[in-house]
Formats: sequence, C-alpha cells, structure tokens
Amino acid sequence: MILSRGARWTLGAATAVGLAFVYVPLLVVVLNSFNSSRTFTWPPPGFTTRWWTSTVDNEGVRAAVVTSVQVAALATAVALVLGTLASTAVTRYSFWGRDTISLLVILPIALPGIVTGIALNSLFTGFLGGLTFITLVIGHATFCIVVVFNNATARLRRLAPNIEEASMDLGATRFTTWRLVTFPALRSALAAGGLLAFGLSFDEIIVTTFTAGPGIQTLPLWIFQNLFRPNQAPVVNVVAALLVVVSVVPVYLANRLSADSTTGGRL
Amino acid sequence: MRRWASFLHRHVWLRVTGLLALPLGWLLLVYLVPLGLLFLTALWKTDSFTGRVRRTVTTDNLADIFSDPVYVQVMGRTVAVAVAVTVLCAVLGLPMAFFMARVASPRWRPVLVALVLTPLWASYLVKVYAWRTMLAPEGGLVDDVLSFVGAASPGYGWVAVVLVLTYLWLPYMVLPLYTGLSTMRSSLIEASADLGARTGTTLRTVVLPLVAPSLVAGSVFTFSLSLGDYITVQLVGGTEQMLGNVVYQNFSVDLPFAAAVATLPVVVMVGYLLAVRRTGALQNL
Repeated sequence: MILSRGARWTLGAATAVGLAFVYVPLLVVVLNSFNSSRTFTWPPPGFTTRWWTSTVDNEGVRAAVVTSVQVAALATAVALVLGTLASTAVTRYSFWGRDTISLLVILPIALPGIVTGIALNSLFTGFLGGLTFITLVIGHATFCIVVVFNNATARLRRLAPNIEEASMDLGATRFTTWRLVTFPALRSALAAGGLLAFGLSFDEIIVTTFTAGPGIQTLPLWIFQNLFRPNQAPVVNVVAALLVVVSVVPVYLANRLSADSTTGGRL
Repeated sequence: MRRWASFLHRHVWLRVTGLLALPLGWLLLVYLVPLGLLFLTALWKTDSFTGRVRRTVTTDNLADIFSDPVYVQVMGRTVAVAVAVTVLCAVLGLPMAFFMARVASPRWRPVLVALVLTPLWASYLVKVYAWRTMLAPEGGLVDDVLSFVGAASPGYGWVAVVLVLTYLWLPYMVLPLYTGLSTMRSSLIEASADLGARTGTTLRTVVLPLVAPSLVAGSVFTFSLSLGDYITVQLVGGTEQMLGNVVYQNFSVDLPFAAAVATLPVVVMVGYLLAVRRTGALQNL
C-alpha cells in the first residue's frame, strides 16, 4: 500500500490535532494558575504568581497534600509487595487459572470507579466498622496492584529464567537467588511501577470518595469540595496545575527507568 | 533455612501457593467478595416503611428501574453517550494510531506513544475541571475561539459530556490500536497492493479486519468507563444525569437500589467482554 504525500500529511495533521486536543486543556490549567484575573477570563489579562503563594499558605491544601502523600506511599508499598508476588507466580510457574490472574488484577481499574467504590464502601461499613484512613489505603492499594504487576511481569518475561537456574545450580537457595539475581534485574521495573502507582493513587477521586473516612481529605477531595466556591477558584487552579505536574513527572521518570511496558502497565 | 528451602524446592504447588496467597487473598477478600455481595444486595429490598434492608431475594429493584420512564430514559441516554464516545474515540484514534505505527519514522514512534500516554496519568478530576473552565458559556476558551467563526460554546450539557468523555478516554483507544497496527505484518499490506488493490480497498479489506480486535479492546475501556461515569456529568453536564449519578444519589439512602443500578453497567460490560473474548481481542490488552 502506497500512501500519497497528501495522505501522509493528512494523517500527520490528524495526529497533531489529536495531540493538541489532548494537551490544550492541561496547558490551560497550568496557565490559569498564573492568570491574574480572578474569574479566569480568556485570554488572561496578565500573569501573577500570587495564587501560588496563597496556595502554599493555605492550611487546608497543605494538610490535604500530606494526607495524599501518606495514602499514596502506603498504597504503593502494599501494591509493590502484592504485585511482585503475583507477577513472580504468573511468570515463573504454570498452574490452573494463571491467565485469569491478569484479568482479576486489572478489574479494579477496568470497571467503572463507582462500582469498585460502592463495593468497597459496603464492605468497609458493613463488616469493618466504618471508614477510616486505613480503608482508604486498602481501596487505593487494590487498584494500584495492576500497575506494579504489569511492570514486573513485562520485565520478568524478558528476563530469561536460565540466569536464575544457573544461580541455583551453583548452589544458591531460592531466596538467595531472588535477592542476588532476580531482584537486581527487577529493581528498575519495580521502581517504575511504584512511581506510577504513586501517581495513580495521588490523584484518584472516585474510589477515594467512597472509602475515605470522615474528615480525611486528599488533594482531589479538597479540589472537589472547593470546585463550586468561586472565591476559592484561584487556589483550586493552582492545586489542579500542581496535580498535573505531579502526575506527569512520575510517568517521565518511569519511562526513563524502564522501557519494558510501553503503556506503563495501565492497559 | 536450608531444609525449608529444599522442602520448598521439591513442592512446586507449595511455592505457587506461597506466592499467590497474599495477592489472591487480598483481591478475593477486598475486591471480589464485596463485588459479589454488591450484586447480591441488588436483589435485596429496602423496606420503604421502615427504611431497613430486607434480605430476601427479589427482583423488585430491577422492576422499579425498568418500569420508571425516568430511569429508562437515563439508562438509554447513558448507553447513547457511551456509544457516541466510543465511536468518536475510534474515529479520532484510528488515524492517529495509523500515523504513529506506520507513517511516522521509527525514531519518533516511542516519543509519540509517550505523548499520547502521559495525559492518561494526569488527574481525572483536573482534566474534567479544565474542560469546565474552558467550556464556560461566557469568557471560556472554547467560546472565545468559536466566536471567531461566529459560533458559541456548547455550554454545559450532553455535547459537553460526550466531548469531555471522549477527551478522557481517547488514549485508551489509541494505545491498543497502535499496538495492533504496529504488529501487523507489512507483507499482508504489500500483497494486497501487489494484487492491485487501491489504498482505500486495502484499508477497508485488509487493515480494518486485522485491526478490529484492537478496536474492540480499546472500546471495552471507552465504553465501560463512560457507562459508569458520574463526575463528568456533574461538572459539565448541567442538569443532565447518567446512571452513575443515580447510583451516587441513592447509595446512602437505598443501597439495594443503588447496587441494582450499578449492576447494569457491569452486566453490559461482562456481556461485552464475553462477546469480545470470542474475537481474541483480549490478548491485546
């Protein structure tokens, strides 16, 4: 099939338009956080860093950042352990139901968030005595497993098992082999998966709405609460810009760390 | 330690069980069981007099949903939105993926993939919020740009909902399409051209059928995620409602009813997945 010059250009233009469609809103968020007008008239009449300073001084935002970081860190830690274990089982052994595991792991983010959310909510309120900080972490860890699992699986599939076999032939136990051979090879993929899981947890809103205990406010929850308050709009814009930056940086770093999984393990 | 290691070495099933116990136990207890309970709850009924949940199996909730024209309309609109979003994502995604996989130089491909992928990780809420400010009926960016051609912003409503959902889920469509197109064998396309097919014919009779499984894989995400959405509608839908909103409003007052409504997108999805499984598209995920 030979594509004419025109066809190639048209396809290129379509891609450019598609990418613009994807990026313009994100740029608008970042630009608006510097917009000197309180009502975000477009085009901005001028630029200011005033809103950024007032955001840094905002205690609600600061507390929400701390909560978000704590939740994301704990959820990532749990996801790292569970994802690595599941990934090792799937890539190094064959057993009945193996193919179901990758489907099971992806389900929490493939089903609509509200379904996952109310399922977890009724579990926590019905059997665990209500929502707390811990239930929020459990909820987040559940949908973060897939990211670690996919990153680790992509790496382990590429890592020939005969290196591990050689180690064991030379007398190392399974634990020693894992510590000295498998883990060093897996490390950067786990770091990438961990970063992405952190980013995923940091800006999640729907499952968060249904699993956060009373009084617990993550950054997305803070945004959602202040979204309809016009006088908070400048600060909301800054926090939104902050979230864009916080989510893009881990993707960039993860890409640098590990190129095994082109999609970062989200698909 | 050594004895334990050699014991493990001899018993493969024990090792597999050891590896899987924690992750599978977690997913079963925290996720699958509650999900099953949710579907079970859908068959219970909240007593309208006492407000307590009666744990007897009944299909009353489903009957309530299907006999109330308001809910039937909400359901129809939700499915229509999901279909529109999926079609739009495919229409936008196909040329993009084709360019990325088969036209762009190999050096550029990973860059383009990264460019499409990165926004997927940007906060969902922030993206919807960005559109909310951009679509503002007066003084928003969209209104400003469209005023040059004499048009106005669509404002908040169904057009905005479809637009924003398409925006949100587009990468989910582009990436499977890209994978499908880049692993497609060039020889098949060349053979078609050698046998005299024009570009249009080749695209229609060779490329499209080969990429169909990826298209289906992408649509699983665009369709499912649109069906269950409620925040986008809340932010840019004006007064409109989708199934997700009905679930959200009911879940604290009438959990069985909310569960029944929430089950609908899942049933649609599972049916869709089962149909898709037969095409082999899930291998592309």
